[in-house]
Amino acid sequence: MAKPKSAYSEPGKLGKSEHHIIVVWVDNEAGVLARVAGLFSGRGYNIESLAVAEVDKKKHISRITIVTSGTPQVIEQIKLQLRKLIPVHKVADFKRNDPNILFKELALFKVVSSKKNREKARKVCKKYNSLVLDKSKNSFVIQVTALRREIDKLIDTLGPLGLVSASRTGAVAMTRGSEVFK
Amino acid sequence: MGKLISGAEIVFKVLEHHNVKHIFGYPGGAVLPIYDELKNHKTIKHILARHEQGAGHAAEGYARSSGKPGVMLVTSGPGATNAVTALTDAYMDSVPIVCISGQVPTHLIGTDAFQECDTTGITRPCTKHNWLVKDVKDLADVMDRAFEIAMTGRPGPVLVDIPKDIQFKKTEFIIKNKKNKKSNGKLNGKANNAEVDKVINMMKKSSRPIFYTGGGVINSGPEASKLLRELVSITGFPITSTLQGLGAYPGDDPSFLGMLGMHGTYEANNAMYNCDLMINIGARFDDRITGKVDEFSPKSKKIHIDIDPSSIGKNIKVDLAVISDVESFLKSLNKRFKEKNKDFSNSNKANISNWWKDIDKWRQKKSLNFKNSKEVIKPQYAVQRLYELSKQKDTYITTEVGQHQMWAAQHYKFNKPNRWMTSGGLGTMGYGLPAAVGVQVANPGKLVIDIAGEASVLMTMQEMSTAVQYNLPIKIFILNNQYMGMVRQWQELLHEKNYSESYTAALPNFVKLAEAYGCVGIQAKKPDELDDKINEMININKPVIFDCLVDPMENCFPMIPSGKPHNQMLLGPEDEKEEVSDEGKTLV
Repeated sequence: MAKPKSAYSEPGKLGKSEHHIIVVWVDNEAGVLARVAGLFSGRGYNIESLAVAEVDKKKHISRITIVTSGTPQVIEQIKLQLRKLIPVHKVADFKRNDPNILFKELALFKVVSSKKNREKARKVCKKYNSLVLDKSKNSFVIQVTALRREIDKLIDTLGPLGLVSASRTGAVAMTRGSEVFK
Repeated sequence: MGKLISGAEIVFKVLEHHNVKHIFGYPGGAVLPIYDELKNHKTIKHILARHEQGAGHAAEGYARSSGKPGVMLVTSGPGATNAVTALTDAYMDSVPIVCISGQVPTHLIGTDAFQECDTTGITRPCTKHNWLVKDVKDLADVMDRAFEIAMTGRPGPVLVDIPKDIQFKKTEFIIKNKKNKKSNGKLNGKANNAEVDKVINMMKKSSRPIFYTGGGVINSGPEASKLLRELVSITGFPITSTLQGLGAYPGDDPSFLGMLGMHGTYEANNAMYNCDLMINIGARFDDRITGKVDEFSPKSKKIHIDIDPSSIGKNIKVDLAVISDVESFLKSLNKRFKEKNKDFSNSNKANISNWWKDIDKWRQKKSLNFKNSKEVIKPQYAVQRLYELSKQKDTYITTEVGQHQMWAAQHYKFNKPNRWMTSGGLGTMGYGLPAAVGVQVANPGKLVIDIAGEASVLMTMQEMSTAVQYNLPIKIFILNNQYMGMVRQWQELLHEKNYSESYTAALPNFVKLAEAYGCVGIQAKKPDELDDKINEMININKPVIFDCLVDPMENCFPMIPSGKPHNQMLLGPEDEKEEVSDEGKTLV
């Protein structure tokens, strides 16, 4: 028997990691984002993206959308731990591939390149609700809304075409149909 | 418009509203207006600690021995950072603490002002919730809410940071009492009958059941302990307890298998490993309990009763979870049992008789035994004598952290809840002495003993001064082995006896130290003088430091070595020498 070298146990078997989108409704008060983000970092959970803004001006409710990954056990803990925070009202959890959920992310790209490459770049963006917001003689800024992985791909494609700056919001989510998450 | 009063006065108004009698604290620049106001509130007594960590642990001892929230008052900057260890300790062990901290005036926040720190930022991960009060109109509500949150659901510490200008500013005093408005479902849960019936059905089907109970029973109040005793007598099931749960069930009762976990008894751990039904009441499957998670109690169905939903499934998957306060759960469980299965204990006896036979076999190992000596005091013997000589009194025990803590847990038998205060989750050396101060403040006239190690107790020794100032006759019973004993034990077992920095070379003379503080010092060197000296200690109505010189090389057994399941315990030094084979350890 190998001699135990630690006063702690060894890690057990890990479950399979899944991508989830967690939506959290919180009181928009000082420090609330730090509480939520601190919970993730303090307990070793992962944040891929985080989008937050106040959605109810009267009640001061903000909606935070977090893309995360973890084993089913970890995802369950994330939800339970979030619900314990005092300013948290409700927590929704969606699998990334859930067909009943709409996910969108907005991105801005600045492309500086030759006319030919800029033409190409604009074409590539076209099917993602693209909108040119600014133009100069050798550049443009374009807005797209798409899925996260589509934007990932776009960034790869636009790289050689003169992409110099990318800014993205992180995913936001909403259920399809007339249902509202309670 | 009503009378205008200052923020400082509002603080005391809310304390009075919540019937607070004692606060533990330390003054400083940013909290002076509150200290100035103290004289006008005669029902509230301030206990001056010697360090904010001491104030915090004293507040914990106060809370745990009385069931009321502990209140502490500290200044900004270092006052707040010194409180962090105590707050984290309270967070880990679910102790309700309301910490009020002063802060630099609002206009200086963010300027790196003198004694400024980001108190709410620093304490965010170690409190249930905290507030920086920027408007005096919010103060009364925030303070009121602080008490509510500290005491609701799973209890814990909260912090209210009050800038100095807010302490001076005046406003009307109104508590809006919008109770539970924003509780967002964070209330005390209650079990429904369907859940209770499921539990009963699983209990009926089991032939190898065990109750595994924890600090949740204590936190739920003394009534929960009564109901637990009733439940064990209704069912005839064996019961084991975590470190924090000791006292919820009588330690000398035959149904009690002793503490479980890393230094738990052989019978408790083997029963956990071999049971077919585990009923966890108010415990949290801590890693000192479970050992290797993959091999934790592999053959059992598990029921988990916990007030905190996030405890469910955090470490161990369970078959049935009930989110409930322990008292309310046990009340319905016992009631349903009595309605439907009046004579369950007798009718079920045959069903679990083989299980009890197994348990008795494990008991025969007498895993808490040790080789006693006539020459040198064995630490276990010292705790046993202390127990025998103090058990007639309603004694409160606190501890520091390490070997002495485990020996105290193993050999001191508790019969009542709220009599055992120890730092379990955070494992804070230096906890016991200040905690004893708080326990004695809450329980005047009672015997309060800190079973200590000489290394731990030196971390907060300054609080002896507090004990002397307020005539708190606490007894500091030091098992002095000159080592950080648990560190030394792990170095012996895991690091080839490389005793790196675990020996304390220049210990103080504890007897003289006691005298310097104005209390009494006693030293015991030989086993045959122990009883007399313990009696002497108990009979002195002053704080005492008892320097009990014990065998420096004694190890704490039994022990589950790291990464091993419950059925592979080391029982003593012999086991350890043999370089035990896997078979040898599978003693089932």
